[in-house]
Amino acid sequence: MADPLLEVSDLRVRFRSRGGVVHAVQGIDFTIEPGQTLAIIGESGSGKTVSAYALMGLLPPTAQVDGSIRFNGVEVVGLAEKELQDHRGRNVAMVFQNPERSLNPTMKVGAQITEAVRRHLPLGRPQAHERAVELLRMVRIPVPERRFHEYPHQLSGGMRQRVIIAIALACEPALLIADEATTALDVTTQAQIMSLLVDLQQELGTALLMISHDLALAASYAEEVMVMYAGRFVERAGAADLFGNVRMPYTRALLDAIPRTDLEPHVLLPVIGGRPPDLSTIAPGCAFAPRCPDAQPDCREQVPALEQHEMGHWWACWHPCGKETAS
Amino acid sequence: MTAGAPIGTVTEPALLEVRHLVQEFVLRDYGGAKGGVLQAVSDVSFGLSAGETLGIVGETGSGKSTLARSVIQAPPPKHGSVIFQGKDLVGLSHRAMKPVRRDLQMVFQDPFTSLDPKWTVSRIVAEPLVAYAIGSRADRRERVNSLLDLVGLDPVSYGGRHPRELSGGQAQRVAIARALVLEPKLILCDEPVSSLDVLVQAQVLNLFEKLRRELSLSYLFIAHDLAMVRQVSDRVAVMYLGKLCEIGPVRDIYRRPLHPYTLALLESIPNPEPAAGKREADHVISGELPSPLNPPSGCRFRTRCPRAQELCAAQTPELRPLGAGGHLVACHFPLSGASAAPAGSQADAEPAAVKR
Repeated sequence: MADPLLEVSDLRVRFRSRGGVVHAVQGIDFTIEPGQTLAIIGESGSGKTVSAYALMGLLPPTAQVDGSIRFNGVEVVGLAEKELQDHRGRNVAMVFQNPERSLNPTMKVGAQITEAVRRHLPLGRPQAHERAVELLRMVRIPVPERRFHEYPHQLSGGMRQRVIIAIALACEPALLIADEATTALDVTTQAQIMSLLVDLQQELGTALLMISHDLALAASYAEEVMVMYAGRFVERAGAADLFGNVRMPYTRALLDAIPRTDLEPHVLLPVIGGRPPDLSTIAPGCAFAPRCPDAQPDCREQVPALEQHEMGHWWACWHPCGKETAS
Repeated sequence: MTAGAPIGTVTEPALLEVRHLVQEFVLRDYGGAKGGVLQAVSDVSFGLSAGETLGIVGETGSGKSTLARSVIQAPPPKHGSVIFQGKDLVGLSHRAMKPVRRDLQMVFQDPFTSLDPKWTVSRIVAEPLVAYAIGSRADRRERVNSLLDLVGLDPVSYGGRHPRELSGGQAQRVAIARALVLEPKLILCDEPVSSLDVLVQAQVLNLFEKLRRELSLSYLFIAHDLAMVRQVSDRVAVMYLGKLCEIGPVRDIYRRPLHPYTLALLESIPNPEPAAGKREADHVISGELPSPLNPPSGCRFRTRCPRAQELCAAQTPELRPLGAGGHLVACHFPLSGASAAPAGSQADAEPAAVKR
């Protein structure tokens, strides 16, 4: 196989704050091939968004990034802001959770797309305008010539998210990161946006990295899912394998907690208590051990490494769950 | 719809009966947007018996939150009646509403904006008791502590905290404790778990279920996702652009949806077991919610409905019973029997004919 598009090795992110050092990402490794769809899933505070920001070079100066992020063989960690600006947009673009906050409310949507186009491509005003309308059409916005002259508040949430996708795709990046891109949307709109992303990905050959807290959503669209907990990957597998053959108790807990349409009314969902650990103090052992139903004394002594135990299936656990499938 | 027996009522005396409720807002022209009269809730009727939970599901803009707010008279509806414990709340004065609100409480979507950031948890939960002058200071403290205990927060370590020192799930527990402190009969929950993480969401859903059992509460449980309401609800109502499309017992709605919109909502739920491979694009309903300022004639869903015909534009479908056991649908061409089982959904595992 050709070189990977993105190669992340031993990525670590620390934040210095008044309360001490927060270890947000504690060494993750993964690669993305051109055109691939991957998902990172985890709860709030698991480090998934920080990882995505690190790939974009968007972290604030208080963050210390160690390890390596190679994009097409070029190291991103340590790049100067000017070089990062070229990296963003051209190589990798991001769609954020809140479409209201990602658009400028005082600027027409067409102008916002044109701005992104002209920032990265050597196009004159008329050509950029043409390209912007073409992008609006590409994200299936009806009557793009009219929408071009509208303000964000005149569009619905789903339409705004389409505009943001158009801006992200303006320079045809090789990798698109969707950070909870559909979380704020209705289920029907979510399905529309997801199928749009999948179609565009096939048309343009873009790789897609989904960041989500929704395991069900991630698994319905991604080829491979990485489950993140307390700054580390705890399980990684193909979508089907993850559901048929869960090995890490945390993933099991996430799966069990999804409300399903086949449950009888008034049945309690199986759920674990507790909260994710405080990342400013690193306790020895597995970070999930305090909440884990299967935890043994040795779990608290040493951190289990993420290892490939089966073909294409990695997990980090001393006492993985059995082979039984979802109940 | 003709006046008469309210739609969707159960045989037991109803705790809440909503009849032909209409809520309108007058909008003036603003920016590029045109004004007009926005009918957010249009002729909605349903009943809720004591101890029962009714789930209300619909997209943003379907009028589900407006419906809940009309029930608690904030603001009162334009037309129709809201009969709670045998008393019509519409037109009651502010003073006359006060004793009613003891039995009718609300939990909102975002716990942080519904809790006073400067107050401690104990004070927030005690406030309704103070407002109704219930008990002595010591009584109130005891009651607050037992409620915090009930919702799973240790009163000693959480009572003195401020909302900013809580996680989303903990703050929502505080909001629930505050709603419960007056021992209400009915709680209106407006997307109470939508802003929470999956694990916390499951914890809070379980809490609602536990409280329902222990305190024999009734809920009006609003969500935008059919999967979310399934576990807590006895019956489910589906709303689209201010109108009820379908209402019925939980099992019927999920196994044999009758309205094409209900089926579309069911199919939009991401399937956690991708055994059937990747999702097909044809599961997605196209288009967006039309403007409520200018709703489509006839059936409001017709502009997005794959089954729409001429009749759908000409005539508004009435909510009518179809099948057994209080399952009602407002559709000229409802999905019937076996074809109603959503392809690829988990309902497939169940035989389509199973009834309650």
